[in-house]
This record gives sequence, C-alpha cells and structure tokens, in this order.
Amino acid sequence: MDLKVKIGNTEFKNPVWVASGTFGSGKEFEGLTELREIGAVVTKTITLEKREGNRPQRIVETASGLLNSIGLENKGLDHFIEKTYPEAERTGADIIVSIAGSSCDEFLECAEKLSEKVRPKGIELNLSCPNVAHRDTKHKLISQDPVSTENIVKRTRRTTETLLIAKLTPNVTDITEIARAAEAGGADAVALVNTYMGMAVDAFSAKPVLGNVFGGLSGPAIKPLALKSVWDVYNSINIPIIGIGGIMTGEDVAEFILCGADAVQTGTVNLVDPSSHGRILKEFREFLNRKGASSPIELKGKLAAGL
Amino acid sequence: MDQKKIKSQKTAIISNERVAKGHFVMRLESQEIASGACPGQFVTVKAGRDATDPLLRIPLGIHKIGQKDFSLLYKVVGRGTRTLSRFVKDESVDVLGPLGNGFPLEGGPVPGKSKVVIVSGGHGVAPLFALAEYLRETRPQTKIKFLMGACTAEEVLCVKELEEMGISVGIATDDGTRGCRGFVTGLMEEEIKEKPARIFACGPRAMLAEVARIAEREKISASVSLDAYMACGIGACLGCALKTEEGYKLVCKDGPVFEAGEVLWKEAVQARQSCGCE
Repeated sequence: MDLKVKIGNTEFKNPVWVASGTFGSGKEFEGLTELREIGAVVTKTITLEKREGNRPQRIVETASGLLNSIGLENKGLDHFIEKTYPEAERTGADIIVSIAGSSCDEFLECAEKLSEKVRPKGIELNLSCPNVAHRDTKHKLISQDPVSTENIVKRTRRTTETLLIAKLTPNVTDITEIARAAEAGGADAVALVNTYMGMAVDAFSAKPVLGNVFGGLSGPAIKPLALKSVWDVYNSINIPIIGIGGIMTGEDVAEFILCGADAVQTGTVNLVDPSSHGRILKEFREFLNRKGASSPIELKGKLAAGL
Repeated sequence: MDQKKIKSQKTAIISNERVAKGHFVMRLESQEIASGACPGQFVTVKAGRDATDPLLRIPLGIHKIGQKDFSLLYKVVGRGTRTLSRFVKDESVDVLGPLGNGFPLEGGPVPGKSKVVIVSGGHGVAPLFALAEYLRETRPQTKIKFLMGACTAEEVLCVKELEEMGISVGIATDDGTRGCRGFVTGLMEEEIKEKPARIFACGPRAMLAEVARIAEREKISASVSLDAYMACGIGACLGCALKTEEGYKLVCKDGPVFEAGEVLWKEAVQARQSCGCE
C-alpha cells in the first residue's frame, strides 16, 4: 500500500503528522516512537525573540480534553537554527517548522532565515495561537481577520519557496472566509483547527484554574467541531487541508480524510501516549486495507453527505 | 533524566491495596522500569487504556524500588486517581518511566557518617520512602531522621516500615490525633538544631516553601520534590513550568527534585493555590 501524500509540490511519506506544541522538536520522543515513520514532525512554534511563556498553572484536564495556556514559550529563532533544528534533523524525522510573530515582519524574518539556513520540509504559519497578542490586527488572533491572514501569507510567500501551511483558528464566525483568504494569499495548504478558547474554573477558590485565565482546548472533546470545520473548508477552497482536532485512532484519521483532509496532525494524544503515532498509523493502514483502498487519497472528501 | 532509560509499557498489577483512608499502594511488575529508577524519580500512569475521560496520565513518585517491580503510593484526589484505585491484581496499566531527576545522592551531598533530615507532608512520603530505603542500604552509618506531617492520624503512612528499617520517625498532625499537634516544619526546626548534611522534603508547596525558608536561614542544603499539573512528562508540552531564579524550568524534566534555594516560592505556591489544590 502506498501511503505517500503530496501537499503542494512536496511529498510526504504518509498523511499522519504530529502537531506543533505537542511533540517538542521530536527529540523528546526518541526511543518512544519511530520518528522516521512520522509523515512530518511540526516543531513547537518559534518566534523571532525568546519568549518566557505564560505564568503557571498552564494546563488542566477537562472532560475528554486538555486546556492549555503555554504562551509560546520558546528560545527564539537563532537558538532554534543553531541548536534545536540540527538536533531534530539528526533524529531522521521530516520536519515542518511552526513560526509565529507579534507582527507581520517577525513572520517574514523567521520564514526568510529558516528557508535560507535550515531548509525545512515546510513552514507552518501559526496564525492562531490563542495565548499571544498581535500588533497588526485589531483582532485577538491573526486568523480571525481575513485581511491580515491574506497579507501575512502573501508576504511570506514572496520570501520563500518552501511549502507554506497556514494554521487557522476555529474561534471565528466563518472559518471558510479565513481559509479562502489564506488560499488567496498563496498558501500551499491550510491546517485546521488550532485550539478552541476556553476556561476552567475552580468553584471552591472562585478562581480561574489557569494562570492566564483562559486557554485553548484540545483533545477528543473537540473532534466533532474540528470535523465540521474541515468539511466546511473542503467545500470552499481548492488547496489541501491538514486536519487537526482530537485524533486518537486510525479511524479518526479516516474520518478527517473523508471530510476532505489530505493529511492530519495528531496532538493531544502524543501527550497521553508518546508512542501513539506508530499505533495510529498502523490502525489507519489496517482501515484502508479493510476498505480495499490502495492509498489515502481514495478516501479524500468521500463523505456520503446529502445522498 | 536519562532518556534512553524511559520505557513506555503495559505493566501487570501485582497488587493495588488501600493502605489508609483514601490512600492506596499499587505494586507493578517491570524489571526495566525498576532497574532504571532512582529515588525521587516518577512515572506516569494511564488509568483506563482507551478511555478519553480521564484523558491524561497521572504522574506519581516512585514509592518503592524492587528488583523486578516497583510501587506507587497515591491518594485519591480526582477522577484519575479514583479510576486507578479501582484496578485489581492481574489487570494492567500503561506506565511511562522512570521520568525526571531523582534526589542528588552521588558525588557527596550525603557523606557516609553524616545526618540527614527527611520531611514529608501528606502523601509526599511516597518518593521519600524510596530515598530512606536507599540511604539505609547504601549508607548504614548515616543518621536518618524522618519527619512526617499529616492532617490526621488516619493519614500517617509507612511509620512501621520505616521504624523496622531502624529509622527514627517524628510525627506531626494538624489535629493532634497522632504525634505533635502542628506542622511538620515545627518538628524540623527542633531536629536541625543538630545540623544535618542535607534536608530532603516532599509535600504541599506551602510546606516546601517553609522548609526552604528555614533551610536558607540555617544555611542547610535542601532538596525538595514538587508536584505539578503535567501532560507529557517528558519535556515536550511545557505545561508543568515552575518559576526559578533562572527563569521557567520544567517539573517533569528539570525536576521534580529542585534545590530549595532556586525555586521562587511565592510564585510556586500561588500557581498551585489558584487551582484550589492546596
């Protein structure tokens, strides 16, 4: 069976990737899962300058979900290029680098330097971290604003030939409008969804559980919401979709692909079970076998809706 | 943390017994994890293999380290530990570990003939028991004083076992139902008049902050083991951040044992209080 998928002009060994922020640089999982078998490792988002991150408490479990407010803690672009990336590359994994910025220029500088110095397999623009503020839009998140989204994608596109993926927030009235803006800006693909903004409250102390008051919800709790976003976007754009949201099994992977995704990223499950990738890939392969499909693309968008 | 020693495996439950009100000891069979573990390290346990609720693994300090097995002492505090308490002999749980860095023992922090004071609060006794056992075996001449704090007599754990090892135990309870009435840090003040080479402590953050304050005042080195809400346990998610003098460190990867002097205690205590844990 051929699991290869093509996103833009870039080929990946399979459609099961791991999501930014849930897998470190990949090195943390060495020995726990076969890193060379991962479709792509999307590394923890980096920013131009070092960021300390949000004040603890940063995570809390909710019903079948995980609420986090890490706040993009990272050591900055230079440290990433000199130390983290070479280490990650040595694991043999295919790497997509996730970047963010508090302004458009920061995205550009990150993208430019990365394409020049480390040449990753792709760059994912994190336009949707719920835990940081941005300067170039009146909205809380860039990807809540179609104009900013298109602008950042367009300008980044001009600085790099590397595969460019725009990661979008679901915290919008109409995600298809944002996806169309990313497509118009020249993104090779869109990745959706990032986390849903949420809160956890401790009634006894009458305080929010998270130090940052709110955070982003991920995990199986959000899978039905994410599937709908992927399905809606699939019916609105022509570029590939990377589906994300609560994937725990190979069958979940199939559900996203049926809704129109070309590939998926697993997230929270990596934190629950560091060796989950191998299992999920195996389950997905078995699912295709059972369905008599010879490649993932045969399932793409084949949801029998309205029939 | 030695990443090469971390195993992710299904382990058989040898026993899972209630040892005191709300407290359980789960003994698990795994030569790989037991042989790679040091006192002060922890594992994470997935209670309910395919369950999405509870979702995350539970981080638990290693309580006893055997040749082919190890034990976890835990208190039922939420859905995860409640689920864990219902597992029985011959069932299995997924375990990831050993994780984190243990207590500093090699290279001289505890010379052979010296004295050490161990201070536990509540189920903080869990990893300190492994430490006491290790010190007893490897440093027979070291004087070990184990001070134990608990809310009430029913929650005083492991005293008999420690005394059988020849370790002297001091007890303080909040309600005075066993030992002295008051905080264990009061007992510690008395005990360190004969200066120890090092204090080892594990318990609620407010207690550890007090241990740290006294240790600094008396210029005694102290190692403290902290707990934290945690997701991955291997340094990937950055969820268990702890503010230190050198910025944020991770409880899972840089800890769970820290030098008392490096932790910014006001922030550490506040982060835990805002979630209503303590």
